[in-house]
Amino acid sequence: MAAEHSPMEQFAIKPLIPIHVGGLDLSFTNSALFMVIAATVVTLLMVASFRGRSLVPSRIQSVAELLYEFVANMVESVCGSEGRKYFPFIFTLFTFILLCNLLGLLPYAFTVTSHIIITVALALVVFIGVTIIGFAKHGLGFLGLFAPHGVPGWIMPFLVPIEVFSYFVRPVSLSLRLFANMMAGHTMLKVIAGFVVLLGAWFGWVPFAFVVILTAFEILVALLQAYIFAILACVYLNDALHPSH
Amino acid sequence: MDASAAKLVAAGLAMIGVVGAGVGIGVLFGNYVSAGIRNPAAAPKMFPQVMIGMALSEATAIFSLVIALMLLFVF
Repeated sequence: MAAEHSPMEQFAIKPLIPIHVGGLDLSFTNSALFMVIAATVVTLLMVASFRGRSLVPSRIQSVAELLYEFVANMVESVCGSEGRKYFPFIFTLFTFILLCNLLGLLPYAFTVTSHIIITVALALVVFIGVTIIGFAKHGLGFLGLFAPHGVPGWIMPFLVPIEVFSYFVRPVSLSLRLFANMMAGHTMLKVIAGFVVLLGAWFGWVPFAFVVILTAFEILVALLQAYIFAILACVYLNDALHPSH
Repeated sequence: MDASAAKLVAAGLAMIGVVGAGVGIGVLFGNYVSAGIRNPAAAPKMFPQVMIGMALSEATAIFSLVIALMLLFVF
């Protein structure tokens, strides 16, 4: 099967505006284009909803309010009132990932979050930021995260390495979860869509119906993965704010 | 069996670990639904915990995916 017709073709990064600085390839790619689109859509939604502020919200204002309240409740319930300070970060993270996931579902669109470099960058921002917050707030007391209270002393030598390992594996699992879910979902969609062409007009409608169902499922996955990424960022933030178990 | 074929077979075998995450997520959501039917008022409150539990059980699947990807692309 030729490379241009494989289900992996959708993940190819194509430079749209080639920019080369020194030995670096800083081209404006289709990935960058869709990140810009996602950021623009979120900004436009927020700006448009704040234009006609009213007590009884208009349609677009209530969309923005729903989004805001959803994330605000999530931060509040996981991190407590101390987490309010970090709400803008979590909100940005959630809306950006959500829009990247949803835009990727449009035909011929590029899924930004199906590239591991993007999700690793996002996860490392969360991981490094949370670690800095933990040390800035509690100093060396943050290391108490690795030694839970009320555990018998003889278990400690086994427990502490496990806790340290599970701490450092967080960015790996956080980034790979989003990447693997998006990539697997989109590959599956394209494989099944390929069956429609192969089976032709007589039997093609069977996989076509399946594609419709799978697209609905992928919308659910897009919402769910953005939510999981945001709530895990909240959980990690909570560990940094209240390190004693 | 030459080395590259063994590598592909090993990557496939490594993905058997996903079974555990499948069972885990099934048990998790099954219990969430049955608990939600018993006490629908408490169900929305438990949803974030369900999501965290799902993320944690999915992490084990991700570990086996990492091993499979390493077998395919690193060795």
